[in-house]
Amino acid sequence: MTTTPTSTRPAARRTRGLQASRTRIALLLLVPMLLVLAAVAGYPLLRTIYLSFTEYNILQDAAPKWIGLGNYWFTTPEGVGLGVLQIPEWWQSVWNTVKFTLGSVVLETVLGLAFALIINSKIRGKGLLRTAILVPWAIPTVVSAQMWNWMYNDSFGIISQWGQKLGLLQTGESFLSNPDTALAALIAVDVWKTTPFMALLLLAGLQTIPSDMYEAADVDGAAPWTQFWRLTLPLLTPALLVALIFRTLDALRVFDMPFIVKGNAPETITMSIYARQEMILNSQFGFGSAISVLIFLIIMVFTAIYVTSLRVKFD
Amino acid sequence: MNSKNPTVRAVTLILFWVVVAIVLFYVLFPFYWALKTSFTGPSRMSSEALQWFPTHATWQNFRDVFAGQPFGRNLFNSVAVATGTVLLSLLLSLLAAYALGKFRFQGKSILMYVILAVSVFPQIAVLSGLYTMIQSFNLYNTWGGLILSYMIFTLPFTVWTLTAFVREIPTELEEAAYVDGASPLQTLFQVLLPVMTPALVTTGLLAFINAWNEYLFALTFTSDNTAKTVPVAIANFTGASQYENPFGQIMAASVIVTIPLIILVLVFQRNIVSGLTAGAVKG
Repeated sequence: MTTTPTSTRPAARRTRGLQASRTRIALLLLVPMLLVLAAVAGYPLLRTIYLSFTEYNILQDAAPKWIGLGNYWFTTPEGVGLGVLQIPEWWQSVWNTVKFTLGSVVLETVLGLAFALIINSKIRGKGLLRTAILVPWAIPTVVSAQMWNWMYNDSFGIISQWGQKLGLLQTGESFLSNPDTALAALIAVDVWKTTPFMALLLLAGLQTIPSDMYEAADVDGAAPWTQFWRLTLPLLTPALLVALIFRTLDALRVFDMPFIVKGNAPETITMSIYARQEMILNSQFGFGSAISVLIFLIIMVFTAIYVTSLRVKFD
Repeated sequence: MNSKNPTVRAVTLILFWVVVAIVLFYVLFPFYWALKTSFTGPSRMSSEALQWFPTHATWQNFRDVFAGQPFGRNLFNSVAVATGTVLLSLLLSLLAAYALGKFRFQGKSILMYVILAVSVFPQIAVLSGLYTMIQSFNLYNTWGGLILSYMIFTLPFTVWTLTAFVREIPTELEEAAYVDGASPLQTLFQVLLPVMTPALVTTGLLAFINAWNEYLFALTFTSDNTAKTVPVAIANFTGASQYENPFGQIMAASVIVTIPLIILVLVFQRNIVSGLTAGAVKG
């Protein structure tokens, strides 16, 4: 930090005293924020982890009863698996979430990149386009879920009508009511809502690429397609990675939209919806907490990959 | 678009505009459809649901939303909760950002790592712990319970963005205040705060939008309309009878809560774009 020359002792002591008091002030300034964060994040997380090792029906039991790893893995003498990791519904929700994440993140990245390239081009009207793509982003998730719910409605929905005209759907059927297409229908909603965010992040990345690089490529006679693969894409990789990881983390914990549109339906239940169903609807706080802890671990593994692979710096 | 041939250029230009038109249609159509539906009266809903333009536009649904549903109360709850959340998190993070941006002390980067980790906490991971805590503090079904629980996602974000901003403020400003004998709090509120207004507006606006849109906690920590916010209300709208299709009212309510957001976003779009990307690109 500060190197103190040995010849000026009083000055050094004064500097050290000043430094100590500055540290004290910094701590005082941080205390309120840290207390609140400990109360709303630290304590509840520890409490959830503790509850995951207990049996606790919030409506019936007076206090949580310690059962060790029983919520995660427990086989009855009859050979029935009752732990989360042995229950097919959990693995169904994991599988649904993985499919949802892969589908939505890949589509959002491709579409978002296309939007960003269009807005970044030297064409008139790009301001209008940039403003327009902010609309889906500004719409609350609940509202966008209900808007699409209406468009997917089996008898009055415009998308169901298109699907029926194209012969993709039977009369009175919708993409949501058909279990084979329900998850894809939800992915479409997420793509619509989140592609703008992706496009804005990528646009910021595109704008950091110096234009003289493209001029040099033009002089060398590189075709636009070559310029995209050899110049734009490599230089965009950092921004692309950040955006990808942000979206992956969001998609892995998705709750609102699938829950509003499809509730707890098995074909679209996500990990978060499953956890809330066990915890709140079935009052199984111990078992539900175990599911929450598993989700937390999955998210933290992804975050660790993010922090290490991008070497995030803070100072 | 570099081609010298005018025909090729014209064709490229037309193709480009076709693509732009498709993008615009894709992005705006669902909102248009909601708007159209909100102006279709309940009696005509089944006959006109699939028409592209309303033939008998009416304000009926907008009146029904406030007359038949406790929607006014839900709006009031949402405004109170979101405003409370923004004020509390801005105050806490302003103090913290000053410390993190201008003071040197050990363990600062560990602290920043912890805050980053909290920002990616899945809300579901703290749900059971928060639920029991909120119940034992008697905060269940209150604004206070929601405001407190919303700190988990607003605080990391506001601390992070404000710290980045404080760091950019020239140190001379702070040193001058110190020489004049100002206390740290005076320095923060009288010297740094005026410079920070644009950052506070952007950060506050984004935190407001996040709090306004929150659904999981609002659904889980409320039981009736004393604290129920707009997202929960819109997700659970029911018609007068179970056979009535309340989509007209749902769309009217959706339009009511979305239009102010769209206006805010359009007015502040430059700040929002830079606020969003600063947090993300710098990591």
